[in-house]
Amino acid sequence: MSAPQPRLLWCGDTAVTIEFGETIDPEANAMVLALDRAVRDGDIPGLVEAVPTYRSLTVHLDPCATEPNRIEASLLALIGAVSTETTPRRLWRIPVVYGGSFGIDLADVAAHHGLSADEVVSRHAAADYRVAMNGFLPGYAYLSGLDPSLALSRRESPRPVTPAGTISIGGVQALVASIAAPSGWHLLGRTPVRAFLPGRDPVFLFEPGDTIRFLPIEPERWDELDRAAGAGECIVECETTP
Amino acid sequence: MRDNAVTGRLVIRRCHGALSLQDGGRQGYQRYGLSGSGAMDRLAMATANALVGNAPDTPVLEFGLGGGSFVMEAGQGWFACAGAPGTLRIDGAPLASHRTATLARGAELIVDPPREGAFVYLAVAGGFEAGAVLGSVSLHLRAGIGGVEGRLFRSGDHLTFAAMESTALGDRTIDAVPLDRDAPIRVLLGPQAERFTQGGIDTLLGSTFTVSHRADRMGYQLDGPAIAHGAGGYNIVSDATVMGSIQVPGNGLPIVLMADRQTTGGYPKIATVISADLRRLAQSRPGDPIRFEAVTLATAREAALRRQRDIADLPGRLRPLGGFDAERLLGANLAGHAVDALREGP
Repeated sequence: MSAPQPRLLWCGDTAVTIEFGETIDPEANAMVLALDRAVRDGDIPGLVEAVPTYRSLTVHLDPCATEPNRIEASLLALIGAVSTETTPRRLWRIPVVYGGSFGIDLADVAAHHGLSADEVVSRHAAADYRVAMNGFLPGYAYLSGLDPSLALSRRESPRPVTPAGTISIGGVQALVASIAAPSGWHLLGRTPVRAFLPGRDPVFLFEPGDTIRFLPIEPERWDELDRAAGAGECIVECETTP
Repeated sequence: MRDNAVTGRLVIRRCHGALSLQDGGRQGYQRYGLSGSGAMDRLAMATANALVGNAPDTPVLEFGLGGGSFVMEAGQGWFACAGAPGTLRIDGAPLASHRTATLARGAELIVDPPREGAFVYLAVAGGFEAGAVLGSVSLHLRAGIGGVEGRLFRSGDHLTFAAMESTALGDRTIDAVPLDRDAPIRVLLGPQAERFTQGGIDTLLGSTFTVSHRADRMGYQLDGPAIAHGAGGYNIVSDATVMGSIQVPGNGLPIVLMADRQTTGGYPKIATVISADLRRLAQSRPGDPIRFEAVTLATAREAALRRQRDIADLPGRLRPLGGFDAERLLGANLAGHAVDALREGP
């Protein structure tokens, strides 16, 4: 199957988006992440930074560095040569307290799908998720790989505040939230893991392309793990997989 | 010259509006969801910095629709303000913006809120000192990083800088690069212009919008006629934003994303403000009219190159002021006239 043909879309004079599709599509995301690596390893004139999303890569540029047509030519050359061969991936096991006050929508999601709460937790925690992108707010990891039987369109009225560490689903997407923010997604649980913690090295945990698995834990363990994570300790397992 | 490493200390007696520390911002973290921050009006920041002999992106104090009163608690320093036109007072004596002034120990500096425009920048020779987070001191309020403790300044906070005993800087001034307030804001259509009807694009380019009260460092929501989406609706699979992205949510009212914006968004972006015109939008305040004009990428790049030259040329455009007292008086008169002119306004 041939790779999707990308489009180059200028976003003003400071960025160009290379769009591989308009939908959430694992193949497009694989191309995005492969091109992201190529761009960062390449020598695009005036490159400031590259931002991968589900379906596109946005390359931020210094508009004064060079002519737009030279940038387009450099990008097209990279796109032509890009390979989605698998590279070693990092696998994170993220502890999550599901349900109750930690995941106030778990019962509703279960009722909507005609499943028990335990079955929702077990399906949510059984999947291998891919970090398709980080975005919106610092440390927010948008995941692909949600069990389709759990997919559920967003709430009609978003909540003005949802807690830091919220684990939620919206449509076919899953999310690890880092800091408190408004959200219209369904809240299944919370993790004490800080995806974003200023002053810690690294400040951000998850790279686009990383794999994430959720590990259900008992609410009794929350306080201890939350304290440790807040103090910058590593409470999450990470291994590199071939 | 002896290098006297005295720490200057400026205490905030009172302040209002969005007062924060800003510099050239952060680069490299949008892939983790953290936008760049940095001064909303880069040229004004560079101008204030040039006046006091700093590099263009040296940390400055940014006043967003506000002002404050400051007292020099230790050391002394050369200061300058640039950006939205306003008045300063040192120990009660009015002083024009866009010129240098010294603050001696114990002196009080008052920065009045601007009468027009939105952002004023206060620079000190040597630059304000603060711990950099991810390569920048810029406050990113939503992320809770930068500035002082990741928040806006408030009364009782203090700012430090490497105070200079030297008086070598001298009194000098500069003509501000004009803001060209009446011209339309130039945009490049896209990246999702095709998600709108031709009528929707005509609405964007043919209407006068006004800056709403929902305007801050994250984005400027505009009031005006609703922009019509095409048949595909107003939801897209999230993709990346830039400073200047004009996104149009379901109600059809455009939001221009600014320095502290979300890095990705799920509303289609009809057009993008060109980088050279971002300062003109930034310096618009709630109620100000906004019109847009579509230009080509070549025009946008030409404007960016010109802006780069504007910043590079700043040090060469500084002019020394003659007799200190006379010029100070002149500054006071100019400020006075400006106030009077506004009182006679509509």
